[in-house]
Amino acid sequence: MVTKEEKRFAKNFNINNLPDVPNGLPPHLQQTRVVSNSNPLTANASYVPCMGDSVKLGNFYENFKVDVISLTERDMEFDMIGIDAAFANAFRRILIAELPTMAIEKVLIANNTSVIIDEVLAHRMGLIPIAADPRLFEYLSVNDEPNEKNTIVFKLHVKCPKNKPREKVLTSDLKWLPHGSELLRESGGSTSKPKTYTSFSCSQDSLPEFANNPITPSDLDILIAKLAPGQEIELEAHAVKGIGKTHAKWSPVATAWYRMHPKVCLLGEVEDELAERLVKICPNVFDIEDMGKGKKRAIVAQPRKCTMGKGFIRDDDLIELVDLGSVENHFIFNIESTGSLPPDVLFTEAVKILEAKCETVLKEL
Amino acid sequence: MEHGSFKDNSHATFTLGEEDHTLANAVRFVLNQDPRVTVGAYTIPHPSLEKVNIRVQTTGDPAKEVFKDACQELMQMNRHVRSVFDKAVTEYKAEQERKEKKAAEELKRQRELFGSMDIESN
Repeated sequence: MVTKEEKRFAKNFNINNLPDVPNGLPPHLQQTRVVSNSNPLTANASYVPCMGDSVKLGNFYENFKVDVISLTERDMEFDMIGIDAAFANAFRRILIAELPTMAIEKVLIANNTSVIIDEVLAHRMGLIPIAADPRLFEYLSVNDEPNEKNTIVFKLHVKCPKNKPREKVLTSDLKWLPHGSELLRESGGSTSKPKTYTSFSCSQDSLPEFANNPITPSDLDILIAKLAPGQEIELEAHAVKGIGKTHAKWSPVATAWYRMHPKVCLLGEVEDELAERLVKICPNVFDIEDMGKGKKRAIVAQPRKCTMGKGFIRDDDLIELVDLGSVENHFIFNIESTGSLPPDVLFTEAVKILEAKCETVLKEL
Repeated sequence: MEHGSFKDNSHATFTLGEEDHTLANAVRFVLNQDPRVTVGAYTIPHPSLEKVNIRVQTTGDPAKEVFKDACQELMQMNRHVRSVFDKAVTEYKAEQERKEKKAAEELKRQRELFGSMDIESN
């Protein structure tokens, strides 16, 4: 384990201070390279300067900050300051691909006379997000029996009656079956109790979490199919736990992304007519400040709203005066959940998963 | 899996199965923060295979120990991230509740104020 002295040493250590480490590039390369802190022509919101790791471990524990900008049941925007891109990307990747969710995997179709063919219908059912906490369920492997601990069963039975207009089949028509499957399996011995496709030993709504809130899809107005008069769909859908890596239907986020906080600097005074031009190009970011005596000046009002559009490049005068880049180690994270878990819980679970990965590696060493 | 030499245990390559950039880049970053490390890098030999090779070369300490320390440090950092995040979320939720309460009280006050001026009961 690392001792206190070693931690202090690491905090104050800068590799460039060692006597034999060269500063910058060797002369024959330096001549041909144009050095600029941030080149506006190539600046974009995901560019991370990679010259040297700018987050020192010793400072991480003191400097790391999180600012929640907005948080609703489905969406979240927050800032992470003082962390490296490797982490931000790791969290983003885990949020998209490695957080488990419940999604429909097996669809047992008893009757389908609609125009949507069986496999397309089954594919659509798989993509329906289900509002069930995946932490309450276990994975179903090939050898396991589907039981109340690893399967959620839904039933869909819609018939469009004759002499009525076309009917829409929405996710609100999916009924949860807490007692398990109702479709009977064909079995040889007629004396034994008929077996269904799942073996629930107890009803799922006897469990405290589901006692008063039935499991439903996250959105009840998703259109599954449309039925003309006389057409019918009767099927049973089994949902199991999985991760996004296997199939995108198991991804708990609509998407999760991050961008770097933009750094917009004015390299000189932008006055009067130039200021007007600048504000016309980017009204979200710049603002005009009256300095009295009829003189006006442009100021950077809201750098956060900058979309890195670089419209000012086309103007010969403004390109000299505006510097566009990204603030190091300041990530603006957005998480859009599909409904199984709220976004702040999703992020906490993602961090837990990264910890679990480290543990697995440590165990193998 | 560690590939090294018996004579010099300060240089080694660790092969992790079923891992990809998610863990490898994070471990590489933490590894490079350690002053004992001269080379800390990772490669993915082929994108179809889920394998990652992490190369560690140190200034004398056994590579395995340094790698283990890096993983431990990564776990610590994760825990720290989690605690800071949880605190920020609780603070935000408390702030929102306070704002909502204030807005509700303000609405009630306004209703009472204007409710007493009932136009129709004249």
